Amino acid sequence: MSGKTRLREPAGIKALLILAALAYITLMLLLPLGAVLVEALKKGFGVWLESVNEPDARSAIWLTIMVAAIAVPLNTVFGVAASWFISKYDFRGKPLLITLIELPFSVSPVVSGLVFVLLFGAQGWFGEWLIDRDIEIIFAVPGLVLATVFVTFPFVARQLIPLMTMQGRANEEAALTLGASGWQTFWHVTLPNIRFALLYGVLLCNARAMGEFGAVSVVSGHIRGETNTMPLHVEVLYNEYNFVAAFAVASLLVVLALITLALKSALEWRHRDELAARF
Amino acid sequence: MVGALTLRRPSALPGLGLSFGITLFWLSFIVLIPLSAVFAKSASGGWDAFVDAAFSARSIASYKVTFGAALLAAAINAVFGLLVAWVLVRYEFPFKRLVSALVDLPFALPTAVAGIALTALYADTGLIGRFLEPLGLPVAYKPAGIVVALTFIGLPFVVRTVEPVLAEVSREMEEAALTLGASRLQTFTRVILPTLFPALATGFTLAFARGAGEYGSVIFIAGNMPFRSEITPLLIITQLEEFDYAGAASIATVMLFVSFAMLLVLNLLQHWQQRRLGT
Repeated sequence: MSGKTRLREPAGIKALLILAALAYITLMLLLPLGAVLVEALKKGFGVWLESVNEPDARSAIWLTIMVAAIAVPLNTVFGVAASWFISKYDFRGKPLLITLIELPFSVSPVVSGLVFVLLFGAQGWFGEWLIDRDIEIIFAVPGLVLATVFVTFPFVARQLIPLMTMQGRANEEAALTLGASGWQTFWHVTLPNIRFALLYGVLLCNARAMGEFGAVSVVSGHIRGETNTMPLHVEVLYNEYNFVAAFAVASLLVVLALITLALKSALEWRHRDELAARF
Repeated sequence: MVGALTLRRPSALPGLGLSFGITLFWLSFIVLIPLSAVFAKSASGGWDAFVDAAFSARSIASYKVTFGAALLAAAINAVFGLLVAWVLVRYEFPFKRLVSALVDLPFALPTAVAGIALTALYADTGLIGRFLEPLGLPVAYKPAGIVVALTFIGLPFVVRTVEPVLAEVSREMEEAALTLGASRLQTFTRVILPTLFPALATGFTLAFARGAGEYGSVIFIAGNMPFRSEITPLLIITQLEEFDYAGAASIATVMLFVSFAMLLVLNLLQHWQQRRLGT
């Protein structure tokens, strides 16, 4: 037997390992995915359509899109600014700053929602001040946005910081020497260099923003047709034993997840070298 | 504010004030001030009130359930995550790219959807539950359900941290082990596994940390019985609903300290891995 073949496992073991891995993935990932689609279409396509088209569901879909449309751009601007600051300048405390930016990932979603209730809730630090001025944050859309911004805070920055640090500042310095302004340098030199990592970060940020449950659940108050995002609407329907409708709305989120995965994989295949953390 | 910031090396690039300003403002407004509200609120009633809330019998029972289930799920993921990573890195098989993309599903699928899908599968009438029930192994609405949900949530962490390191393990080292007379199994346990160990530990810790804070996927399948299957994030929400803000904040403080400890462990693991890989 040559060394090359002895470096491989016997064909039987190899087949066994592949089968075991595929069986595990089928059991853990494919079955839940299939279960949502089967349950959603249990009573036919007509009922599915009715469930996702009734006013409360439509308002939940609309609210989910709106919250993501506010939270994702905010964190994108922050992510680019923070990465520029961290990668283009030399200063003390850089590792600490990066740790603080990644902190929201380690915080339980429920705690992420709780912090805003403690600040803006009726008994919170700014509660009375807000009530006096008739400003609603908790149990209203601003609270949903704040909680979503918190949980998706690091997504864009953590993609860009390693890439921009690696790219250094030689390109930007060259552009400035040639007479470009600061913004011209950013738009024509920096942005083209980071666009795929940026897109990747925005994609992951958006998926989490639209799918977040724990954090928004704490601040939402579950007001039907008003403060229920899609994941919260799924919970409400499920708890009312309206299973087909719950799974119908959930199936839309499954489609969103599959689109996210497809785009994510496409970016990984073409631009792997430019992407940092994969989650 | 910019005046307080001294660069170690001057930079010709513009945008220092702007990027520093955005970074500091957004980080403080979204992350630092809200998180400090948790500590402030938990301290508001004094040390005894904090201990009473954070270490009541019900809280301690919830820590046991939460951290116990998270540990068990992370251990399951360490074993099967290693298997999946091994198969994805070392072998070729049909639909490999599809399987690889699917591994990230738990990152992309909203947790509430995962929760209701797993509950549908593991309930006594479900596709999997109907086989487990007669065996006396009910999963849904039992503590075991929590482990199933957390295993789903944590699956990608071990795969994605082990994969790149496994791809780097030099074949020369394996050849050397073989030449010196080691069997394939000995090569795996004595050469490959020790090299992978820091990455495996990192994936395990990430899965554990994520699982300990998880809420959305758990509450549907757990049964949520106080002292038996009530996770800590749910207990925080229960306290909030009873308007016991200080109690909720005290329990959240314990969760935050665990999160910070996990961050520290992850940093140490990263140093260990860099030393082991000699970079």
